[in-house]
Amino acid sequence: MESPRFLSRTDLLGLAVLAVLLVVILPLSLDVFRLNLVAKYLTYAFVAIGLVLCWGFGGILSLGQGVFFGLGGYCMAMYLKLEASSVENTKIQSTPGIPDFMDWNQITQIPWFWQPFHSLTITVIAILVVPAVFAFLIGAAMFKRRVGGVYFAIITQAIAAIMTILIIGQQGYTGGINGITDLRTLKGWDIRPDHAKVVLYFVEVAFLFGAILLALFVRHSKLGRILVAMREKEDRVRFSGYSVANFKIFAFCLAAMFAAVGGAMFTLNVGFMSPSFVGIVPSIEMVIYTAVGGRLSIFGAIYGTLLVNFAKTSLSESFPQLWLFGLGALFIAVVLIFPNGLAGIWRDYVQPLFDKLISKRKPGSDPTGGKSFGPVADGAPAE
Amino acid sequence: MFGEYSIGDLGAIFAMQGFAGLILFSVYVLMALGLAIIFGQMGVINMAHGEFMILGAYVTWMTSNFFQSYLPSLFAGYFFIAMILAFIASGALGMLVEWGLIRHLYKRPLDTLLATWGLSLILQQAYRSIFGAREVGVELPQWMLGSKQVTDTIEIPINGMFVMALTVLITAAVSYVLFWSRWGRQVRAVVQNRVMAGAVGINTEKIDRYTFGLGCGIAGIAGSAFTMIGSTGPTSGQLYIVDTFLVVVFGGAASLFGTIASAFSISQAQSTMEFFMSGSMAKVLTLLAIVAILMVRPQGLFALKVRK
Repeated sequence: MESPRFLSRTDLLGLAVLAVLLVVILPLSLDVFRLNLVAKYLTYAFVAIGLVLCWGFGGILSLGQGVFFGLGGYCMAMYLKLEASSVENTKIQSTPGIPDFMDWNQITQIPWFWQPFHSLTITVIAILVVPAVFAFLIGAAMFKRRVGGVYFAIITQAIAAIMTILIIGQQGYTGGINGITDLRTLKGWDIRPDHAKVVLYFVEVAFLFGAILLALFVRHSKLGRILVAMREKEDRVRFSGYSVANFKIFAFCLAAMFAAVGGAMFTLNVGFMSPSFVGIVPSIEMVIYTAVGGRLSIFGAIYGTLLVNFAKTSLSESFPQLWLFGLGALFIAVVLIFPNGLAGIWRDYVQPLFDKLISKRKPGSDPTGGKSFGPVADGAPAE
Repeated sequence: MFGEYSIGDLGAIFAMQGFAGLILFSVYVLMALGLAIIFGQMGVINMAHGEFMILGAYVTWMTSNFFQSYLPSLFAGYFFIAMILAFIASGALGMLVEWGLIRHLYKRPLDTLLATWGLSLILQQAYRSIFGAREVGVELPQWMLGSKQVTDTIEIPINGMFVMALTVLITAAVSYVLFWSRWGRQVRAVVQNRVMAGAVGINTEKIDRYTFGLGCGIAGIAGSAFTMIGSTGPTSGQLYIVDTFLVVVFGGAASLFGTIASAFSISQAQSTMEFFMSGSMAKVLTLLAIVAILMVRPQGLFALKVRK
């Protein structure tokens, strides 16, 4: 049996390396524009961590994470928009005091579901609760009836489609295809200048570490083990007396909350929210970030997200045509050749090399070569 | 919302919208037939199915251009040749994809989803590079234009009738192939018990390849039919893929009759509601209804009773 403590030596090492990279190396080496770009990428890393929990460990592939990302993002954007639409700021409109896109769509009153977002406290609660409730409803309806796998993926995808059509169609309430733009201040603190971007970057990194710790805790707890067991042999777990549906619902809700926090940080960092981050295409791209990093590795997912997005930005800047070919090839290569992504390459090729070097220097010091700390059931899902 | 229309008006509205729905139904059925074979029979999620359809549409477009420039006297009949070419092109590409990609993934259905999504991105960009980003439209031969007046208020376009006749024909052909031909029996045998089918001498690898090819080929025909009612662009396929998957899942994945029934109900619901509200709200309500029904009845409308 492994000891109950949830931070193993490899996890601590991983945290330290990531902390050095995100807190020291990147802020010192990048200008504010690039750092803000990293902040944008890291918002997807929240989604990727959630997907490691529910897809990698739980075997539940959700193609609707964009919905939760969007819910979190829109909650934040509604609060910021209301703050930006004070009577003085909007006095040239026909109805001052309401968001500009509502004015353009001949809506004269702030609709009821916008009202709670006058308060920052309620907004923060909503960012966490709204996606969780939504995920609970979907999860309960599906998992209680033992719908899973492919069918779950298709239905979450349909929900992503519904969400986008709804947001674009209800222009007066949601800003339509342009989304909610022109966001200015958070409690009077201007989010647009450079120093605010830097502060927001560090806040986001702090949240990210919180998310990583929570995910590691879940991974090493009994819950995480049950999730993995469920992925491998669902019926056996059910026959052992566990409520498979409840564990799945929990994992799905947790992943949704991670995605929503990412979405809220996205709105703060980038300064707008639009339906182009909600639909089917972004949702599937979020899955590929996780897959590239390694669907079984929390740290891998973060590096995967950063790497794919860096590649996307630099490739699509210089060769816009090549990017889609490259992304498509990446999907195929990851599935066919590296089902465990970067983390799998690391574990299979790089780490053994290190272990060999270490054991050469200190012969016989550790017969397992540090492997006893490695993830226990992290085999490839079904080879 | 019905208040301002008289009974007669409503009848005509339902008839007209019902007919518009029938054209949508035809496209759904043609696309979903291929998908039902690939997903229902083989368990592969082909996210690139829309791109196979668009390949058929581009082949039709090229054929029509060819006939216009070199064989204008035969232009009236180009469509039949275009459809055969579309079937061959999409089917051949499908078999190539099965050989290069899908056969490695039969035990990992969720991974086929990711891999074929990657394939669809590559195909989209390939279309964009080869044919340009702009949408292209096909010129229809003279006899397909115009419409038939049924009553004072109801008018039926000829190309719509042609698409529907085509749908009936293809559906009949597919069910014949799958349920009565020797090859179809082999397909169903492989689906039910791969090991046993192999043991009695069926070449399962070959069956897999041809089944996938057939599904993609039908998508090509769907694309060919699609050119008669809309224009084609590199990303047109993506618009239909989620709807088509819902059609297949809603009908019950392994049942061809279920696929047709669900395509019919979805297209009729959508097109009737479109008259009374905006198209996007009609779409949202239709999709929501499907998702809600699937939550109550996850196996779809017409599920085969099987032991798991």
